[in-house]
Order: sequence, then structure tokens, then C-alpha cells
Amino acid sequence: MRMANSSRLPGRLVLLAVFGFLYLPIAVLVALSFNEAGLPTSWSGFSFKWYAALAGNGEILGAAWNTLVVAVFATLISTALGTLLALGMETRRRKSTGLEALAFAPMVIPDIVLAVALLTFFSLLNVTLGLHTIIISHVIFDLAFVSSVVRARLKHFDYSIVEASRDLGASGWTTFWRVTFPVLLPAIIAGGLLAFTLSVDEFIIAFFTAGAGRSSITLPIQIYSMIRFGITPEINALATIVMGVSALALLISQWLNKEQMQ
Amino acid sequence: MTDAPHSHEPILTIDGLHKSFGPVNAVDHVSLEIRKNEFFALLGPSGCGKTTLLRMLAGFETPTGGRILLEGNDISTLPPEKRPLNLMFQSYALFPHMTVAKNLAYGLEMDRLPKAEIARRVEEIMAVTDLGQFAGRKPDQLSGGQKQRVALARALVKRPKVLLLDEPLGALDKKLRERMQLELKRLQHEVGITFIIVTHDQEEALVMADRMAILKDGKLLQCGSPEDVYETPADRFVANFIGVMNFIEGVVGSDGIFNADGLKLATGTEIRGAATLAVRPENIMVTAAGAGGAGKIVDMAYHGLDRVLHVKIAASETPLQVRVPANAAVPHTVGDTIHIAIDPDRTRLFKN
Repeated sequence: MRMANSSRLPGRLVLLAVFGFLYLPIAVLVALSFNEAGLPTSWSGFSFKWYAALAGNGEILGAAWNTLVVAVFATLISTALGTLLALGMETRRRKSTGLEALAFAPMVIPDIVLAVALLTFFSLLNVTLGLHTIIISHVIFDLAFVSSVVRARLKHFDYSIVEASRDLGASGWTTFWRVTFPVLLPAIIAGGLLAFTLSVDEFIIAFFTAGAGRSSITLPIQIYSMIRFGITPEINALATIVMGVSALALLISQWLNKEQMQ
Repeated sequence: MTDAPHSHEPILTIDGLHKSFGPVNAVDHVSLEIRKNEFFALLGPSGCGKTTLLRMLAGFETPTGGRILLEGNDISTLPPEKRPLNLMFQSYALFPHMTVAKNLAYGLEMDRLPKAEIARRVEEIMAVTDLGQFAGRKPDQLSGGQKQRVALARALVKRPKVLLLDEPLGALDKKLRERMQLELKRLQHEVGITFIIVTHDQEEALVMADRMAILKDGKLLQCGSPEDVYETPADRFVANFIGVMNFIEGVVGSDGIFNADGLKLATGTEIRGAATLAVRPENIMVTAAGAGGAGKIVDMAYHGLDRVLHVKIAASETPLQVRVPANAAVPHTVGDTIHIAIDPDRTRLFKN
């Protein structure tokens, strides 16, 4: 065992370096958000004062509200549509790879391409840009993620329980709400949380489809505009909160996914 | 035999039922009458169409042709939820997110019965199927045998006119399966519901069924009691499929005497010309020297109660299986030459 341990040492060092590289900057950012002085060069004591400053900043609160509105609506719409898409594709008698590729395209198309395409599309239709266009755009790429999570669950779905429900006297509608939906629910919630996370910190597409004016600025756009005048401890605090929310959603989503596979 | 009075009144009439998937006839114009309160088995090798037939009865497959009559009413076009039949699924198909009690109550809730009535009937069926202590468990906390009982109870609690069972014992080990065969039969008596069971296991069908139908390639070959089917199989396939059967190729002369190499048997048959004689291992007797055909023991298998001798005779390529009591007075060993006698009344002849 000792031999094996020592021979694994270089591997462990590499692992440590990788994790350090990944998480050290984030750890520094989180630490600085609690730094009293606000200077990245020295630690002058623990403080919540930058978080308090955030709470008093109307612009940031407005952007946070916008982000929440976009994320909640995009999540609800994409979760409903994504679940239906997954159900439709998995229960089709004839599987079509072309359709699958089409449904998953938003996952692999570069965000910048999608952003430009959507902007062109909206201006072509003469749609006024605003929060609603961000929501529509987010639904489009969230859809692919939600449906892929739900489809993964459907691959292990025992369709005989649907037949059993019908056999016991339930209509198709009742069967969906009392059998199919509850069994899929953990996957649907996991997909929804993933969509929420993606939507909260999405920048490029939101930036392109937000239009002019403060009314449709989301948090990532707000942070981007603040950062042009230097990194302030306020941004650190804001980034820490955004990260915390995203990480929490992601953790719940993964936990739900693991739970249902068992 | 069963002591329950079997009325011969049919409860379910299958009339020229047909199902084709493209060019394949999964069920080929099958007509059957299933009687009230009987335990009926649909038996056949895998791919014979028995499961498709069952799924048409349950309403999960639409017949290409023919009718299904339940107590005289055509139910062929009704959706599954409108048919007073229930199916016990091969995979059990228990609802994983519901407790045992909720699984059992589901079908009754669909019938919009009052809450007290549902609770009472769930309680009752749990007592009959010995599930009371598992009421609060989820399906993944149950053993295979327990899941099987829940699946059965869930289908029974609705008191269907006919209960359909799709290979209900397939997933259980041999010991448990044998116990459950008797258990199912007892339960069927107790609840007085017509059972139609699908199985590929001929032994299971013989043990459980009052009557059975043998299917092959979607066609009905024979329908009758286990005794009928075992003693007087309709054709060579049925004879071979049910139990063990010896086949001897030969010719029936104009005098009605079956002739094979070294073997003559007066069967009184109407068949003339090339024919196959079928005889069960227990219907071949070992006799004193000179009284019948001679053969050499090439193999022997001990089965506890009896011994099966594999006897090579001139008339048959494959050795005949002969069943003798294990405690037979004359001990036989491999290599011995013995004489056998066949009772012509206990044989079947099939025209080639």
C-alpha cells in the first residue's frame, strides 16, 4: 500500500495543481469580497460592508431583479416545452436522428452565432428588444438542456407502468399526471434548475438581445459595464452571490439526478 | 380435479381474431371460448403470438380482424381503461413512486369508489395475498416474490370479470415458482374469477390450467384439458411440446398394422402409408426376454422417483426414452440389452 501511495504522488500533485488553478482565483475573489479595505493588496479585516453597499445600489438591484425575471420565465417555459419535446421524441415510434440533431443544435452552436442570429431575426420581424427578447432567446438554448436531461431519464423509463395505469382504468390524461409526471419529476426539476443556472449567468446572448436602455440590463451585463472602470469589491461581492446561487442550483440538480438513478 | 362447479357457459369468446404486423401474422385467425371461472392457459414457444393475443384482450393491440366478446358484448374496439379485464404484467409494472397500499388503491380510485370502500377493499386484498405488513413500503423495498404478489393483488382488487396474467411466474426462482403455481390456483378458486395465463412453460400449464390452448406461429393447434392435450395431442408439434414423447417412423399397412424395423403394432388406425408413432416414456414397458422388440440401453438418468432409460432400437434413429420405477426389481445398467413392449392403446399415430 505504501509503495502504491508513493508512486501515486506525482499524480496527486498534478490533481492538486489543476484544482488550485481552477479554484484559487475564485477563492481569492470570495475572500476579497469580505475584505474591509477593498484593496486587493492587503487584508484589513472581515466585513460585510461591500454586501451592504450592494444592497444600497439601485442599479445593481434593478439588474438583479431583471436577471431573476428572465431566469424564472425562461426556466418555466423551457422546462415545460423541453419536457414535452423529450416525451415526444422518446415515445415516437420512428426515431429520427435528424430531428435529434435539430433539437440539440442550440447546445453546440457557439453562443455568439446564436446571439447574432437571434438579433437578426428579431430586427427582421421588427420586434422591440427588451427583457422579453432575452427570455425568448434563453428559452431557445435552455430547451436543449432540459430535454436532454429529461430524455436521459426516459431512456430508463418503464413504459409498462403507463399501460398498467390504463389497464387499471385511468385515461391518458390521468395517467400522465398521476404516473408519468411524478416519475419524471426529479428529472424535470433537475433540468429546470440547470436551465435556471444557465440563464442567470448567461452574458453574450443577453447582451445582444437586451436592446438599449437600463430597463433590460441583467446582472452579467451590469458586471461587465462596471468592470470597465476597474474591479471594485462590490463586483467581488456580487460575483460571489451569483456564483453561490448558481452552484446551489447545480448541486440540487445533480443530487436529484443521482437520486433518481438509484 | 377441481371441485368448483364449472359452468360451460363462455365468459369470453374470441372469434376469428387476427393480428398482422406487416407481412407477419402474429395471431392468425384464432377462435376460442373461455368459460366462466376457469383457469385457462395460453401456451406456446416464444414468438407464437400468445402475448399478442393477451395484449389484444387487454386492449393494448388493435386486432387486424375478428372480434372479442365479453359476455356477448363486443369489446374489440374499447380502450384498455374501459374493459372490465385486468392484466398482471410480466414486469409487474408497479408504480415506483407509490406505496404498496397506494398501488393497490389506484384502480379503485379510477372507479371513483368512496374512500371507505377503497380502504376496506385494499385491506381485504392485502389479507388475501399476505401483504399487510408491506402496506407502507415502496416497490423498490420489496423482494421479487413480494412484488409479484402486489402486481397480482393490484389486478385482482378491481374484481375484473377476467384476469389476464402475462408470464406471471417467469421472474421467480424454481422453488418459489412451484409454490406460487399452487398459490395462484388456490387464489383463483377463492376469488372466483376467470384467469387467462400466458406461459411458455408446459409444466406450469399442465399443473395450473383447467384447459389450455397451444399456439404456434400465431395459429391455434389444440385446445383442451391438460389430460386431453397430454394423452391425445392433435399433432406432432403438440405431442413434442407437451411432456416427453418418443417418435418412431414407420408405415401402416392396409391391415392397419404399424410397421417399423423390428416392431409391429396393431393400432386400429384409419391412417394408411407412412406415419409416425408417438408414445410416452411411461407407456413403454420393459418385459421378459422375447416378448417384444429388443433394444440396448445407451444411457440412463436417475430422477428420484423413477429412472429414464435411453434405449436404442432398430426402428428409431434416436434412442427411445423409457420410464421405469427407480426401485425396479430387475436392475438395468448401461450396455444391457432389454426387451420392450408398447401398449397400442396408449399411442398416437400421425400421418407423415
